Amino acid sequence: MKIFSSKNRRKLALLLMMLPGAAWLLLLRYVPMAGIVMAFQEYRPHPPNPTIFNNIRHSRFIGLDNFRFIFFGDRAWNMIRNTLVYNAVFIVLTTVFAIALAICVSELGKKFISKLYQTLMFFPFFISWVVASYFVFAFLDPTFGVLSDVRMWYLDPTGWPVILTASHLWKNLGFTCIIYVAAIAGIDQGMYEAAAIDGAPKWRQVWSITIPSIKPMIIIMFIMAVGRIFNADFGLFWQIPMNMGPLQRVTEVFDTYVFRIMQLPVPGAVGIATAAGLFQGVIGFICIMIANTIVRKVDNENAMF
Amino acid sequence: MVKSMRIRSKLRINRVSRFAEVCIHLIVGGFALACIIPFIFITIIAFTSADSLRLVGYSFFPVEWSLTSFQAAFDLGDTLWRSFLNSIIVTGVGTFISVLITILYAYGLFRRDLPFKKFFAFFIFFTMLFGGGLVPTVVTIRNLLNLGDTYAAMIVPMLLAPFHVIIMRTFFKTSIPESLIECASLDGSSEFRTLFTIVIPLAKPGIATVALLTAIGYWNDWFNAMLFVRERTLFPLQYLLMEMQLNIEFLRRNIATIGAANINLANLPSEGLRMALAVIIVVPIALAYPFFQRFIISGLTIGAIKE
Repeated sequence: MKIFSSKNRRKLALLLMMLPGAAWLLLLRYVPMAGIVMAFQEYRPHPPNPTIFNNIRHSRFIGLDNFRFIFFGDRAWNMIRNTLVYNAVFIVLTTVFAIALAICVSELGKKFISKLYQTLMFFPFFISWVVASYFVFAFLDPTFGVLSDVRMWYLDPTGWPVILTASHLWKNLGFTCIIYVAAIAGIDQGMYEAAAIDGAPKWRQVWSITIPSIKPMIIIMFIMAVGRIFNADFGLFWQIPMNMGPLQRVTEVFDTYVFRIMQLPVPGAVGIATAAGLFQGVIGFICIMIANTIVRKVDNENAMF
Repeated sequence: MVKSMRIRSKLRINRVSRFAEVCIHLIVGGFALACIIPFIFITIIAFTSADSLRLVGYSFFPVEWSLTSFQAAFDLGDTLWRSFLNSIIVTGVGTFISVLITILYAYGLFRRDLPFKKFFAFFIFFTMLFGGGLVPTVVTIRNLLNLGDTYAAMIVPMLLAPFHVIIMRTFFKTSIPESLIECASLDGSSEFRTLFTIVIPLAKPGIATVALLTAIGYWNDWFNAMLFVRERTLFPLQYLLMEMQLNIEFLRRNIATIGAANINLANLPSEGLRMALAVIIVVPIALAYPFFQRFIISGLTIGAIKE
């Protein structure tokens, strides 16, 4: 009798609501975690009946051998360096430029022109990297491109760090800027008026009111970005260089590397690609934890969890 | 004259000087222009005639305009329309299911009396910190769930995003008073009825935000098609465009081994055609987004608030 009391029925209804999401998480996020076992195997299909269970059961365990392969040779260190340096440059430039732009936009007030600027700035956020790669292609195309006389862009790595950085900023700067604009709009206007009456010049108001007010937000965005420093934007590094081999030295990053290994028609490639992905996941997890701990030490209120 | 200027400058209390304002317009306006110019440029290229391309290359000022690129795109016929339809199906169905699941999960987390609430919160937010990685996920979807070469392969992988759940839950927290739910429950409304007739109508702006972010994600996705779809009739627009590029590069690289004679270069999709296709992909978004960007901005700002 008690099981069907209205209180329990309500709890059951709430649990039922969680079911689709929880089932999805289980199948698409937690079951794959079990697949990490492939990182320690010489994974290969089991010919008589190659279902995923049979493949894993019959593959030989080889300990940490797969991880040795990831760090074998210059290419691996090269792609790790690329991932870290690109992400570090992206984080610094995006943060600095977005805040500077947001302060400028806020100075323009609520005029129509300011809204127009924001609408235009937001546009790249809605564009896929596939389409964006054609935007870049229009400038670099060897036959018709605007800059085709300078060099054979798609065969020559020179200049690609700049092109990739510019592409990243083009797509993400406006979006980040608009988030900061919203944060600045939430600051109490009375503070600025008081400062102006006391004779504080504009730059002083920005430095002493605007920046401290949005500091928590800057810190959170910064931490989240640093926590993902080992995760590259696959679309940017895959689509913009149009997957050209000669450029790989400067365009290969962790995510494209894992994908490339996975595609190799070599036995054991799947195991190595899994190992590389696992390494990336573990390092990423450690980075987020460290970043969050540091924030908590410095300023408890801004920690994420 | 001087006097009136002085008065006017006094009226401009706590505003930047005229000179600074001009500078700001140059900086912000310059960047805003840079954001849109590439799109304008490929639109111009798509409307440029082949002769003009041979003469002056890609240019903002073509010698001759023409509709041949779009003509060629529409001549793709079924290939184009089918991909267009595929994109619409994936976006429509995907967004609907995704929003439904997101609302249900976020609403549960928002309710204080959800049993095992801590567990469910951890269950989703942990996936933001750690995952199995690309290969195990691909193997799960392809070999365990057997979704290869289906619409589901392009829909299922993107159904639930922790970030969207955060936005949704924060929206419930800020716009739905808990007393309202208690009242409904005292009046004998079932949990599902309360959610669908009281909560959802109140949370429309938040739902719009999540729905738009999801729809854009589906419309722009090529990654899942690249991983799981080999069947040409299932290609979405984004992947159709991407695959054309790949085929051309493949032929160019192997032209020596296959022999140039065996390839009819005239049959390759021209640059103009591909630019036209890129324009066709962007146009629906470019037309719609000025209207819905307001929702997205408010949603993202809410989502960025820590609670």
